Amino acid sequence: MARRVTRTRKWAVTIVAWVIGILIFFPILWTILTSFKTEGEAVAMPPSLLFFDWTLENYREVQQRSNYFMHFLNSVTISLGSTAIGLVIAIPAAWAMAFQPTKRTKDLLMWMLSTKMMPAVGVLVPIYLIFRDTGLLDSRLGLTIILTLIDLPIIIWMLYTYFKEIPGEILEAARMDGATLVAEIVHVLTPMAIPGIASTLLLNVILAWNEAFWTLNLTAAQAAPLTAFIASYSSPEGLFYAKLSAASTMAIAPILILGWFSQKQLVRGLTFGAVK
Amino acid sequence: MGSITLRQVNKKFGEVAVIPSIDLEVEEGEFVVFVGPSGCGKSTLLRLIAGLEDVTSGAVLIDGKDATRLPPAKRKLSMVFQSYALYPHMSVRANIAFPLKMAGMPKAEIDAKVADAAETLNLTDYLDRKPRQLSGGQRQRVAIGRAIVRQPSAFLFDEPLSNLDASLRVQMRLEIAELHQQLGATMIYVTHDQVEAMTMADKIVVLNKGRVEQVGSPLELYRAPANLFVAGFIGSPRMNFIRGQAAAAYGAATIGVRPEHIQISTEGGIWQGTVGVTEHLGSDTFLHIHTEDLGTLTVRAGGYVDFGPGDTISLTPDPGRIHRFDSDGRAIR
Ligand SMILES: Nc1ncnc2c1ncn2[C@@H]1O[C@H](COP(=O)(O)OP(=O)(O)O)[C@@H](O)[C@H]1O
Ligand SMILES: [Mg+2]
Repeated sequence: MARRVTRTRKWAVTIVAWVIGILIFFPILWTILTSFKTEGEAVAMPPSLLFFDWTLENYREVQQRSNYFMHFLNSVTISLGSTAIGLVIAIPAAWAMAFQPTKRTKDLLMWMLSTKMMPAVGVLVPIYLIFRDTGLLDSRLGLTIILTLIDLPIIIWMLYTYFKEIPGEILEAARMDGATLVAEIVHVLTPMAIPGIASTLLLNVILAWNEAFWTLNLTAAQAAPLTAFIASYSSPEGLFYAKLSAASTMAIAPILILGWFSQKQLVRGLTFGAVK
Repeated sequence: MGSITLRQVNKKFGEVAVIPSIDLEVEEGEFVVFVGPSGCGKSTLLRLIAGLEDVTSGAVLIDGKDATRLPPAKRKLSMVFQSYALYPHMSVRANIAFPLKMAGMPKAEIDAKVADAAETLNLTDYLDRKPRQLSGGQRQRVAIGRAIVRQPSAFLFDEPLSNLDASLRVQMRLEIAELHQQLGATMIYVTHDQVEAMTMADKIVVLNKGRVEQVGSPLELYRAPANLFVAGFIGSPRMNFIRGQAAAAYGAATIGVRPEHIQISTEGGIWQGTVGVTEHLGSDTFLHIHTEDLGTLTVRAGGYVDFGPGDTISLTPDPGRIHRFDSDGRAIR
């Protein structure tokens, strides 16, 4: 009896998981499929799932109309740049908070997180004005700075939770073994924290890659990353679903591939280390 | 090399004085055990000596020199942690070599010393494994290996055996004692287990609520406990304490008699009682005896006793081994 129940339950869980998985993946799948349709087929009712005339026309046209490579480079620069700067600031910050906590450490962490609770649009105007006056509008530097700032709380939080998992006694052992602070960080802490740092890095690259509010509002042409490239195909006047889908597919392909190869790290990152 | 002196060492965490004030002398080559109930400040005291915590006031002297402000790395002390605290990403070899690497020793010399230490601790076959691939006892040995390669002024152990099972604990206890004989180095060993303290120590420091209750050799503490706390803490099974009339008869507020210092007989003793639970250990029998006005007393008898639960029994304490305490709990000598 008990055996049967657990078997049935296992099947049920598997089926539910697949259904949810497909539901979540469906929009992406649909986008990819639509990108291979003609504009007419893209809006046809009822829609055809697989049986349509597959075409690469949309990709060709998107390539011709926009400079995909420039947007791609912008996305890479901005997401990697903001992540790298973020880590350089966040690693020492998280270290200090995890290993040398004071009475106010918890408050500080909450305060940092609270900045994420404010709607971004609330500070759009001041930031826009600052950017305009400092000449940062439509520059990769400007976007890198703003993305660093908005993702810093998340990076620090993630690293903090990872560092918290490292037993303090191991660091103390290193100190007893004659390690200087630098040696302790280089030989003991960093190697032990690498999985956590890697997850944080990956997750943040993805967040920065997909960030659309600031990248759309603070760029025009020069620094526009792939999000702006997608947006340029969503116009209210015409039938551009297929081309929009092609652009989207091209924009998310690099990050999908990255995600695929780093699944394990990502899962660990997204669950904040709860899954070992 | 290896004497340690504490002068009026005081440690507060916030407002709480975990260690009010301790003066202590650890001599070169001594095996000193800090023993006391959990939470009494043993680890804190050890960490103050190690430099992992800063003293609030007072001074720590190592080899006669003031080390109060020295960071742990400069104190030339080795420590074995309760959790072993091995570097999980390093092989056993790299773990043991780490202190030597930090000291900037040449590679060839490091290899020779690591091989030596591994030999001493039976770890030669495990040098290329990671700590997680080792059993508890082996991890313990690696932690000890890491401590001995460097030839420190003194070794600090913080309850190193408490994560091992009973038989391994007895074996490791012996190995650490042998290591002490072999190296002749100063060792400070923290435990809450009075058996470990009695069997290993040259000198025991009994701690209670951050205060030193008594310092002495195991037998001194056993034979002449300075107060009720030490009397009750050292010795197993615990000393019997008797208050009231029976104590007053000896001119004391409380008298203490160890279970092994009470004779039992069918009649003629000075106290009477009824046998309750009896615990047979094979070599010994512990009898719990309910008396009318003294409460329950524990008696340690030989392996073969003719008494069982419910029997009425007569007790005679060994008159030379009755400990007398005043109303403040201090021993009357
Ligand atoms: N870092 C700390 N902050 C605050 N209190 C502490 C800290 N470390 C230890 N204590 C307190 O000091 C007391 C003694 O602790 P400890 O030295 O670990 O005891 P033991 O090792 O004898 O079990 C305990 O009450 C403990 O709660
Ligand atoms: Mg402790």
